[in-house]
Amino acid sequence: MNPFEYRRATDVAEAVAAVAERPDAVFLGGGTNLVDHLKLGVTRPGRLVDITRLPLDRVEPLPGGGVRVGANVRNSDLAAEPVIRSRYPVLAQALLSGASGQLRNLATTGGNLLQRTRCVYFQDITTPCNKRMPGSGCAALDGYTRHHAVLGASPQCVAVHPSDMAVALAALDAVVRTHGPAGQRAIPLVEFHRLPGAQPERDTVLDHGELITAVDLPAVPATRRSAYRKVRDRASYAFALVSVAAEVELRDGEISQARIAFGGLAHKPWRAQRAEQVLRGAPATAATFQRAAEAELVGAQPLADNAFKVPLARNTLVSVLTELTELTGATEPTQEDTP
Amino acid sequence: MIVRVNVTVNGEQCQADDVWPGESLLYLLRERLGLPGAKNACEQGECGSCTVYLDGVLVCACLVAAGQAQGRQVRTVEGLADGAELDPVQQAFVETGAVQCGFCTPGLVVAAHDLLNRVDRPTDPEIREALAGNLCRCTGYEKILEAVRLAASRRNPGGRPGEAAEGESR
Ligand SMILES: Cc1cc2nc3c(=O)[nH]c(=O)nc-3n(C[C@H](O)[C@H](O)[C@H](O)COP(=O)(O)OP(=O)(O)OC[C@H]3O[C@@H](n4cnc5c(N)ncnc54)[C@H](O)[C@@H]3O)c2cc1C
Ligand code: SF4
Ligand code: FES
Ligand code: FES
Repeated sequence: MNPFEYRRATDVAEAVAAVAERPDAVFLGGGTNLVDHLKLGVTRPGRLVDITRLPLDRVEPLPGGGVRVGANVRNSDLAAEPVIRSRYPVLAQALLSGASGQLRNLATTGGNLLQRTRCVYFQDITTPCNKRMPGSGCAALDGYTRHHAVLGASPQCVAVHPSDMAVALAALDAVVRTHGPAGQRAIPLVEFHRLPGAQPERDTVLDHGELITAVDLPAVPATRRSAYRKVRDRASYAFALVSVAAEVELRDGEISQARIAFGGLAHKPWRAQRAEQVLRGAPATAATFQRAAEAELVGAQPLADNAFKVPLARNTLVSVLTELTELTGATEPTQEDTP
Repeated sequence: MIVRVNVTVNGEQCQADDVWPGESLLYLLRERLGLPGAKNACEQGECGSCTVYLDGVLVCACLVAAGQAQGRQVRTVEGLADGAELDPVQQAFVETGAVQCGFCTPGLVVAAHDLLNRVDRPTDPEIREALAGNLCRCTGYEKILEAVRLAASRRNPGGRPGEAAEGESR
């Protein structure tokens, strides 16, 4: 590990300035991704600005019925928040499906959005990786690609974004609020993460020194049902092979509103607008769900080891939509633990 | 850059000088404060061997930067026993033979302790989910489940699996 300077920020402006003034400075949240990367040598910052004591740790109602989640709210606390469990079950379920209790207790909302890919070649500093070292090549292309992207990849990078929470937030039309050297911004979550293109080193549209201060969740009508389903290699404590976040509203057996996002398929949470178009106004039947999934996945470009992700994503979406539209009452997160 | 870190560990005020803030809390505990209970296995958050309480909340000490522990309360596996008397969770691990090489044990004991503080009589799926972040390469987990069931039944002889602990908040 390289030596670095450590600072504990006490207000937002100070934190932003402390990172903005040095190109090699970074924010430190819960540390569950960054501390790991410091040890592995994936990143070598010269200054760490600890933001965990900033007063960004509240979940507050917004005028109009939405909810503002502070950037420092821990993943475990957010999942246990009554308003999240009752009105945004898709988010509570996504949070609880991620990592382990010990890690969710540390992980922050801001850090979760900015966690980096779990591509093994990105984490192994002895292999070429355009994301870690721009221009060095991509070891995954000739490597083992079971966990990599089938949608939106580029010849420079085929990594996937690992966050479960971000997939739920994409389906919820959440908005990321930031405070940067150039002022404040509100960025829709679906535009927050980037596709790799020719610049895989940039995961998001954030500028250097731009701090996430909160994530806003829009109000949801009481009639909306939502759920998160994660498919992985074991029952718990593994990253998604494929995941689906879905929200639907029904009127007389017809789908009046649908919002769908996939995880595990792309470099960003994949909002499935083509599937949504098929669903809106259509009868809630297995045939509709199948057509919606096909419409979204028709452009998939699997790699050598991950063709299975395409039918897996289709079947998972169909199954989640079937479950959501058959349900009568409100959906509660099915959770077995509340750490 | 070298800092001083003040931290309360198992109820005792501790001070470590010459700490490099990039050290982990795990390193601080083991190498500077002489508490080798929390184990250093993967150092990547994968295995749970380093599990401790930080301000009453279960964390992987290997991923907490030492500087972040300043002014906070830590409780390690060394702080669970009451003098010579083992905590019921520790006692149950001994009696059921839930320990083989023992490397995973301190982390599992602290995680099981946390679970039983939240849920009096956890069901098997609840135990499995709560201990999902703790890997054991030896026992195959059966004896560990048995240990947690035994500890739960002793702490709350009247309760049934599935009943929540009183005052459960998180
Ligand atoms: C073993 C293991 C298993 C895991 N499994 C899962 C899983 O199944 N699903 C899942 O979704 N995640 C999983 N995770 C990832 C975990 O969710 C993330 O590591 C965590 O959410 C990151 O949050 P943090 O606060 O610890 O971030 P940090 O590590 O502190 O920071 C991550 C990045 O975000 C930046 N940052 C942090 N906060 C801000 C802010 N407010 N503004 C601007 N920049 C900021 C940091 O500079 C850094 O670049 C796993 C992690 C581990 C170690
Ligand atoms: S897929 Fe992306 S992250 Fe993985 S090695 Fe290639 S460039 Fe790096
Ligand atoms: S040593 Fe911390 S989780 Fe393995
Ligand atoms: S007893 Fe050896 S790792 Fe669990």
